Amino acid sequence: MLAVEVDKSLGDFTVSVTFVSEAGATVLFGRSGAGKTTVVNMIAGLIEPDRGRIALDGDTLFDSKTRTDVPPWRRRIGYVFQEGRLFPHLSARHNLDYGRWMSGLARDEATFKRIVDLLDIGALLDRRPGKLSGGERQRVAVGRALLTKPRLLLLDEPLASLDAERKGEILPYFERLRDEARVPMIYVSHDAAEVKRIATRVVRLEGGRVVENGGVELVS
Amino acid sequence: MLDLTAQEWTAVLLSLRIAVVATAVSLPFGIAIAFALARKNFWGKAFVDALVHLPLVLPPVVTGYLLLITLGRKAPVGAFLADHFGIVFSFRWTGAAISCGIMAFPLMVRAIRLSIEAIDRRLEQAAKTLGANRSWTFFTVTLPLALPGVIAGMMLAFARALGEFGATITFVSNIPGETQTISAAIYTLTQVPGGDRLALQLVVVAVIISLGALILSEWFARRAAARLHGE
Repeated sequence: MLAVEVDKSLGDFTVSVTFVSEAGATVLFGRSGAGKTTVVNMIAGLIEPDRGRIALDGDTLFDSKTRTDVPPWRRRIGYVFQEGRLFPHLSARHNLDYGRWMSGLARDEATFKRIVDLLDIGALLDRRPGKLSGGERQRVAVGRALLTKPRLLLLDEPLASLDAERKGEILPYFERLRDEARVPMIYVSHDAAEVKRIATRVVRLEGGRVVENGGVELVS
Repeated sequence: MLDLTAQEWTAVLLSLRIAVVATAVSLPFGIAIAFALARKNFWGKAFVDALVHLPLVLPPVVTGYLLLITLGRKAPVGAFLADHFGIVFSFRWTGAAISCGIMAFPLMVRAIRLSIEAIDRRLEQAAKTLGANRSWTFFTVTLPLALPGVIAGMMLAFARALGEFGATITFVSNIPGETQTISAAIYTLTQVPGGDRLALQLVVVAVIISLGALILSEWFARRAAARLHGE
């Protein structure tokens, strides 16, 4: 379970959110500029909140009172960015292996194959990101995050840079992640149709604050 | 075509050795300072920046003289190194490597700094979320992405070191077989009657070495850039 209760001032914009996320996919829903990415970056440890507390499965990641701030590389949270952010100098295979190298995990052929099959990226492994399409890159990025065996997966508008056809191509993979791999997810989106398909719970943000918190029925 | 005497060949080899050592030894420092200047904010940053660029704007003879009065055999730092570690730089080829390294340093730092500043920092954030701490992020993402700039910086430094004259001759003089580089040998030959033919041959050698270095570094830089763009 993820518990977030944080404040962060960015110039004259203030993000101040409190929510809890259980199993399944919690969607942070709202217009652009609502503070969704800021919240996700705070969960990942890339932005330090001014005040508050973030805890995952009873493990405190950030607490301004006790001055706890676990660095991002020790949080074991997977992050799929809007633009993929694959390493351009590494092949798809080495991008996938990167997290395992950095965390010193042993080679796990079975998991590797399962995730490669789940995302259908077996044919892309020896290509560099420059030779992949947007949808292919995004699938490799999802695989890369999953292979670090994350306790939580953050997806920040992972389909935003893709056209409608590619969106339709990738969404089923996210549903499989949620239902088969059972990785808890925080999914950022401003697209109602996408949210309806993926969300277990919806947290609606507006102007840096949570305005509604509930089930898929919040999205109309 | 080339009938250089042993003394001229010695000068050529010595120049190469000095330029290679100067470039190789200054590289780690160049990368560290370029990274600090590109990324960190620290007290005295403007001063460090100015100090690094000083050899670019000072007359080379002044840089050489400053080296002489700090690292010379009787100068404070030079005497300390000689008495306690037996290290002497004045009138040695190692001293020439130091003066060449210092003269080349600003060019190296500038090229590397620009390439580090051009890196998409979001890739470094991605590395951190994948479990890479700061040093691993640097060695697996930042440095490989900055490689074309690092190669360019090494090339510029090598060329500058190879051609260095003023600071070197002021600091370590012009001793055949110890500190006489190609540039110093050409200068000496133009000062003696009938030296023009040999001087011209050394000029040809200098042109060949410099062009060779340029072509080699272009080739490496292209390969590195191609890797980054998904070839």
